[in-house]
Amino acid sequence: MNATTAAPKAPGKDAEKDASMQKQKAMMAAHYDRLTDAPQSGAKVCSTFVPGNLNELIACFGLLNNLPEVNAIQNGLRRTSGQFVLEAEKIGHSEDVCTYVKSDIGMMAKGNLAPNGRKFPDPDVLLLSYTGCFTFMKWFELLREQFDCETIMLHTPYMADGRITPNMLEYMVKQLKEEVIPKLERVSGVKFDIDQLRERLKKSAQAEEDLVHVLQTARNRPSPIDAYFGGIYYIGPIFGAFRGTDDAVEYYRFLRAEVDARLAAGLGPVTPEGDLGKERYRLVVEGPPNYTNFRQFWKMFYDEGAVVVASSYTKVGGVYDFGFRHDPDKPLETLAEYCLSVYTNRNLPMRIDMLVNYLEDYAADGLLINSIKSCNSFSAGQLLMMREIEKRSGKPAAFIESDLVDPRYFSAANIKNRLESYFQMIEQRRAGARSAA
Amino acid sequence: MLETAMPETAAIIDHATALFEDLNFGAARDWKAAVPGRKVVGYLPIYVPRELIHAAGMLPLGIVGGGDQLEVIHGDAYYQSYICRIPRSTIELGVSGRLDFVDAMLFPSICDVMRNLSGMWKLMFPQVYTRYFDVPQNYRDDIGGNYYVNELAELRHELGALRGAPITDAELNLSIDAYNENRRLVNELYGYRIAQPWQVPAAEVYLLMRAGLVLPVDEHSAMLRDYLAAARRTARPRRDNCRIVLTGVFCEQPPLNLIKSLELSGCYVVDDDLLLVTRWLTADVPTGGDPLRNLALAFLHHSESTAAKYEPSQKEKGQHLVRAVRRSNAEGVIFASPSFCDPALLDRPMLQHVLSAAGVPYVAFKYAENSGQMQPIREQAGTFADSIKLWSEQ
Repeated sequence: MNATTAAPKAPGKDAEKDASMQKQKAMMAAHYDRLTDAPQSGAKVCSTFVPGNLNELIACFGLLNNLPEVNAIQNGLRRTSGQFVLEAEKIGHSEDVCTYVKSDIGMMAKGNLAPNGRKFPDPDVLLLSYTGCFTFMKWFELLREQFDCETIMLHTPYMADGRITPNMLEYMVKQLKEEVIPKLERVSGVKFDIDQLRERLKKSAQAEEDLVHVLQTARNRPSPIDAYFGGIYYIGPIFGAFRGTDDAVEYYRFLRAEVDARLAAGLGPVTPEGDLGKERYRLVVEGPPNYTNFRQFWKMFYDEGAVVVASSYTKVGGVYDFGFRHDPDKPLETLAEYCLSVYTNRNLPMRIDMLVNYLEDYAADGLLINSIKSCNSFSAGQLLMMREIEKRSGKPAAFIESDLVDPRYFSAANIKNRLESYFQMIEQRRAGARSAA
Repeated sequence: MLETAMPETAAIIDHATALFEDLNFGAARDWKAAVPGRKVVGYLPIYVPRELIHAAGMLPLGIVGGGDQLEVIHGDAYYQSYICRIPRSTIELGVSGRLDFVDAMLFPSICDVMRNLSGMWKLMFPQVYTRYFDVPQNYRDDIGGNYYVNELAELRHELGALRGAPITDAELNLSIDAYNENRRLVNELYGYRIAQPWQVPAAEVYLLMRAGLVLPVDEHSAMLRDYLAAARRTARPRRDNCRIVLTGVFCEQPPLNLIKSLELSGCYVVDDDLLLVTRWLTADVPTGGDPLRNLALAFLHHSESTAAKYEPSQKEKGQHLVRAVRRSNAEGVIFASPSFCDPALLDRPMLQHVLSAAGVPYVAFKYAENSGQMQPIREQAGTFADSIKLWSEQ
């Protein structure tokens, strides 16, 4: 690196976390306890996915949601996913396919233990809110084969032309009314109460408002948050089991106050090794992170003073920053609109528009794409996206590759080299701009 | 090497081979040039309702990548190494000008790669009408059916706008009739192969189906009629091959040599999921009443099962493959999947479990459309064929 490189921070043993991160961690732990207590408590469990999850609806039936991708992420962060992926490959799953799926299959084959060390309950119902990723459909067929329980498919059409048509909405609302709700009533034994759904949707909108405020604080210099590595903590409750709950409302109110305080104090984001210090690079990131080496990956950024000011990954469970809020006045339509508009259900031109917009709006130095080996939904087309975004924004872009939860595809040296080259490129652009001025 | 075709069928297969090898789509270009104002609509696997395109007076052109004869230079710059080959060779076809005569492109709902390719096409070829063709994964007439009818209506409207005049019901019913006839002939050929696979080698069936992707439907039907008549007139030698169903090949195509290699290694292919668009609908579509409703109901209730379609019933999952085995008196199944093909590879373990429960032996391997080395595949398929022969002798 050049002479302006910041000195690496000494690695700390325990990651520093701000209060909201601690709070989020406690919420997630409590949810896992509720899930693993289900056989004793009698609670019924609904497995479903993050993008397009119908948490408010599921909760109306008293069901607990279990999210297989979140379990895979937990296994990635705990470094157990590697063995689970290998286990799945041993029992016949291809090395070419999604590692979330294989981590999940492998985890089930190895005892199906939750992060709290206790066994996950078998799901009572699989709710396939099929949006943004073809693999979800196959994943749920695999889960159904394993558990042989009721499976509900909610097909979300793809936003291929950049708009939601009345036909799409009508199709989805009809599925909700005539397929999803009756089956959830049957599984749960609870009658659907639309007023309860409205109440939950009100709470969702409240939390969404605070989340957007938090994410948009990154427009400031310095940004008080990291909208990718830190952002993953921030989206946990709303993308997971908590949207539509008092817990989520309280969490996002708390988070907003915390971030506003950092902003008022002129502070940058909290990293696992404390305050970031000087903000040197502002990036927009496209694509999911690597979870098996999450902290090492993050360190490559904060050691250089690089802050992610906006990211697409923090929109996979819902895009709220262009105005959408769950609307209690049209409860089923709003669920449909939510499912239709998640990030990976948007066509490539829309994704490009969004990222170009972020580069401008958040005054970023450039775009970084972390291309995920086993996620075609995100990855197919990213090289063209990169070119288009560079062309339209005039800002430099870089491309790195890793995987979600398969440690075999995280090459620290390669990624670090590319990042260092990228930061040098930004410096050169800056120097060029200064001399031109 | 493929067994030398009989003289009468040889000329037909030579024509089909020439169409297959022509990566500039000369036949479709000639068709378009023959009458001013004609239009060509490209489509990718697995299925689009070609009846709508035909009814607009346009030529549906099936595009299934570049195969093993296309050198991919530009296409690789658009895709990471861990993405299958068909999108990169399709991009190559586009960037190299081989599709410059195509007026519209349809990208069916099959996987995330194909889905995203539709967006790439919009960006790279803005002058081409590009549509992602979504199909329902809900099979109730009043839910998925209504949705699909409206999607078809939108496509019909847009194709009508492209030609400058709306597509009438009468035109659509005539086209439905033409494709019903074509599917009957395709099914007759597949049925003939089941009865006497030595008479219709898999590579020849494949070339005939490929011809159906580039020829106008009536020409293709005539070709099938001629081939069937010619094939029935002369007996070919029968080999002591086992009978297999080939599956997983519904999108990116295996090289022709791979198909030939299977038969050379002792396997008669008696059923397959190659080029499913030619026989996606499994029953005639009625030619009276509302044609869009008829096409929609055929899709919901009389269409093939494949990895890109949701199977609502656990009991029914994979049974289409067991039925294919029983219907064709097959002795085993070969899973051939393109590398990095999510639908085929994610489906495979479930299908294998179903086959195991039904006592059907299987073997699996991967390929790419440009795979060049066939020896490992011959060895694997040959060993599989031998093992079947040994078991059947017991």
